[in-house]
Amino acid sequence: MKNIRNFCIIAHIDHGKSTLADRLLEFTHTVTDREMQNQLLDDMDLERERGITIKSHAIQMNYEYENQEYILNLIDTPGHVDFSYEVSRSIAACEGALLIVDASQGIEAQTISNLYLALEHDLEIIPVINKIDLPGAEPEVVKDQVMDLLGCADEDVIYASGKEGIGITEILEAIITRIESPEGNPDSPLQAMIFDSEFNSYRGVEVIFRVFNGTLRKGDKVKFVNTGKVYNAEEIGVLKLQNTPKESISAGNVGYLISGIKEASEVKVGDTITHQAKPCQNAIKGFEDVKPMVFAGIYPVDTSEFEELRASMEKLQLNDASLVWEPETSAALGFGFRCGFLGMLHMEIVQERLEREFDMTVITTVPSVEFRAVKTDGTYQEVNAPSEMPEPNTISHIEEPFIKAQIITKSEFIGPVIALCMDKRGVIINQTYLTSDRVELIFELPLSEIVFDFFDKLKTISRGYASLDYELIGYRQSSMVKLDIMLNGEKVDALSAIVHRDKAYDWGKRLCEKLRSLLPRQMFEIAIQAAIGTKVIARESVKALRKNVLAKCYGGDITRKRKLLEKQKKGKKRMRNVGNVEIPQEAFMAVLKLD
Amino acid sequence: MAGIYIHIPFCKQACYYCDFHFSTLPGQREAMVTAILSELEMQKGYLQNETINTIYFGGGTPSILTSGELGNILEGINKNFSIAKNPEITLEANPDDLSLKKLQELFQLGINRLSIGVQTFHPELLKYLNRAHDEHEAIHCILMARKVGFEKINIDLIYNIKSDQHQSLRYDLTKIMELKPEHISAYSLTIEPNTVFGNWKKKGKIKEVKDEYAARQFELVAEVLEENGYEQYEISNFAQDQKYSQHNSNYWKQVKYLGVGPSAHSFDGLSRQYNVANNAQYLKSISSGNIPATKEILDRKTLVNEHIMLGLRTMWGCDLELLKTKYEFDLIHQNENLVDGMFNKGLIKLEKDRLLLTKKGKLLADEITAELLWV
Ligand SMILES: Nc1nc2c(ncn2[C@@H]2O[C@H](COP(=O)(O)OP(=O)(O)O)[C@@H](O)[C@H]2O)c(=O)[nH]1
Ligand code: SF4
Repeated sequence: MKNIRNFCIIAHIDHGKSTLADRLLEFTHTVTDREMQNQLLDDMDLERERGITIKSHAIQMNYEYENQEYILNLIDTPGHVDFSYEVSRSIAACEGALLIVDASQGIEAQTISNLYLALEHDLEIIPVINKIDLPGAEPEVVKDQVMDLLGCADEDVIYASGKEGIGITEILEAIITRIESPEGNPDSPLQAMIFDSEFNSYRGVEVIFRVFNGTLRKGDKVKFVNTGKVYNAEEIGVLKLQNTPKESISAGNVGYLISGIKEASEVKVGDTITHQAKPCQNAIKGFEDVKPMVFAGIYPVDTSEFEELRASMEKLQLNDASLVWEPETSAALGFGFRCGFLGMLHMEIVQERLEREFDMTVITTVPSVEFRAVKTDGTYQEVNAPSEMPEPNTISHIEEPFIKAQIITKSEFIGPVIALCMDKRGVIINQTYLTSDRVELIFELPLSEIVFDFFDKLKTISRGYASLDYELIGYRQSSMVKLDIMLNGEKVDALSAIVHRDKAYDWGKRLCEKLRSLLPRQMFEIAIQAAIGTKVIARESVKALRKNVLAKCYGGDITRKRKLLEKQKKGKKRMRNVGNVEIPQEAFMAVLKLD
Repeated sequence: MAGIYIHIPFCKQACYYCDFHFSTLPGQREAMVTAILSELEMQKGYLQNETINTIYFGGGTPSILTSGELGNILEGINKNFSIAKNPEITLEANPDDLSLKKLQELFQLGINRLSIGVQTFHPELLKYLNRAHDEHEAIHCILMARKVGFEKINIDLIYNIKSDQHQSLRYDLTKIMELKPEHISAYSLTIEPNTVFGNWKKKGKIKEVKDEYAARQFELVAEVLEENGYEQYEISNFAQDQKYSQHNSNYWKQVKYLGVGPSAHSFDGLSRQYNVANNAQYLKSISSGNIPATKEILDRKTLVNEHIMLGLRTMWGCDLELLKTKYEFDLIHQNENLVDGMFNKGLIKLEKDRLLLTKKGKLLADEITAELLWV
């Protein structure tokens, strides 16, 4: 165990994490040159394009240092606020972290936020200034920033270039000499933490875990503490480039477990694995049952593709445990699914995967958080879709989820950030300078205000230099109303939203305007109205189309013109129809892009 | 009953709005006439011995051909097809080609209907359109044609050329009324992509006339012509005393026709086909004994859609009974809600099993058609 090192890499996107990770694999001969391909760790296309590691992986390397064999487990961490719980579990599986900073860019806000998370877990931090080969590199300046932030010594900082292979040996040496070996007792009852899982269509879910105490052997009967489920450890092993089966995995090490688990939802990140016969006393701390934060309807564009969509969602859920859904119907959109997501990015990813991997075109409805409609007797009903909102006279009040948000930014942006948060009904709780010009701001905000475009706005006003992390802190009473959109007097349920009363007027007005620009002129005039209950608060109209007729239609024009009109009709058929108004797909997305 | 269309693919100069198939190089004229004669021969079975009651020379500019050449083609038609007793024989002609002598020769040949490309009487607009004639030639040739004895004259008019044309359209209409043609084709200008105007539009040099304005002009044309005793029997076509263009009406009634010449389309009741729109390729193919045509077999759905689209454009409407009996398609039933809405808004009307567009509906013919099509 004293020769094991578990570590992760903390880096901002594009600061060279993947390239450096590749180098480590190369220098430790974990991959041969022939197997070497760029960015080995990111193997989903989507992730590569976005530069976000959506799902964590781990890889084991062997390295000889001063005549001793070492096992180095590199644990990859996702990098977006939607997945912050997964980040925290990955960090909890490590004793150390490489902090990679681009020598030409300096430290980014999200890096600081993850760094603090690592420090909270007492990880040893090895600062690495990367890309020193770049002409624009300013390693000295960046080094000062890092020392300022970490309070470390000059000689603790390593200069490296993943691209040129500079500093890799020093990094490996630092991992071995500076990161502590894991503690734990291989003979105690088994206590291992799940920090990731991967879906394999042949073998089911592959559970990735870190053993803290005890030893897991092949064939053992194991129990997942939080789900209470018992499995047979059919295959265990370590993660090299390929899975390498082993007879046992002991305290301190990282490995995988395959036991024919069919659904990703049975495997909860943060859960503890122990022996059924001789369980450990305590589960590993920090487990949370991750709950979806954002809810939206997903509907097939073509109503006849509902069953196909269901099949696709089922497959998707097999390897995305955070996605939850149930069937729902909408008057405007027909049959679809009410889905719960970790956040907006997660929602986008699901939508994109549906389109790419399953070739489905879908409409997503206005995202909503989960409100509580509190009745007069104090009981409450969960409301995560506007259509579920009870009539106002049947309830006492509405409560909405609040979060504590941690925002790290540069001091020059404090003003705009505070203004943005106030506009989003936030209250500032604390303000701390981390370094002379980097500041951490803590706000309490309604979750509903940040799920839409908050992060984008934050990025814009801080010129990209801001991080956002948040946690749920509970429900608070709020004056929320259901805002409906009507076309020619008919409610379009898919466009309804639950919004704060103070913002309802503005929301309704802007949505009506947006719809006016998105609804094509049709044979009849279209009246667009926004209403709270029966009270109309905003209206717009789309004038009827006045002229649509081609001048000529003779012998030579017939075929071309017929095809044109048939195409037009097909386009119309793909649109949804409410109150005799054809609504194009973009209109349903309009709410997401209100300004 | 069937028609023959002859496409003469030559023009003196290219009008800026025109996307018909033509060449401004007159070099291949003789070869073209020969090829057209060959194609007539090759296609003599196409119309399955139906009697030909209309012949139409279109283009391009058929009046570019000499009377001799036109005579040869008519002879070719006579040789290969059985012609009705008093066929309608139309020639599209540009004013600059119509001398007194030419008119007399044409009349002699048996051509009994002239469709004259007047477009407008405004000198600046004629220039703007890049027409080859001037307004005096236009008036003069029509007066001469009358003298020669032509009893069926059509005047082509283009409006909505620019967006400040209200006065000039009235003027054009007044002028036309003075000339008393039996037939008027009035076209709201469409800017087609592969034309000079299309190019200008792409570059932002010109814009399409605004909808509302264009609609008012459309209404003005219909109003003035109706007041003067013309019947709007098709979206863009007006006739006095039922002197409709029989040839064109047959297109709208899905009557068979054979098109000869480059880019010409044909219809045999079950399929449509069209020749290559390239003079050189056409000549080469015909000389090696092949008709350079692309063919499409029409299924039931397509025939129904053609009927809806064409019928709605005319005063004869879309024959709901025929759709039911011949194609087992119940148009009203298929689109109940929509049709109700259109009735209520006064866009369509029903007359003896025929669905017709109202005045207001005509302006939305394409929108309405698209809604009603069977897809
Ligand atoms: N010049 C230079 N470029 C690098 C170096 N490391 C990575 N890059 C480039 O930086 C970009 C981002 O690298 P990548 O490893 O994908 O970053 P990640 O998003 O942190 O995983 C890529 O274009 C790499 O080629 C380096 O050491 N020097
Ligand atoms: S409008 Fe007539 S004359 Fe002008 S280019 Fe077109 S076919 Fe030729």
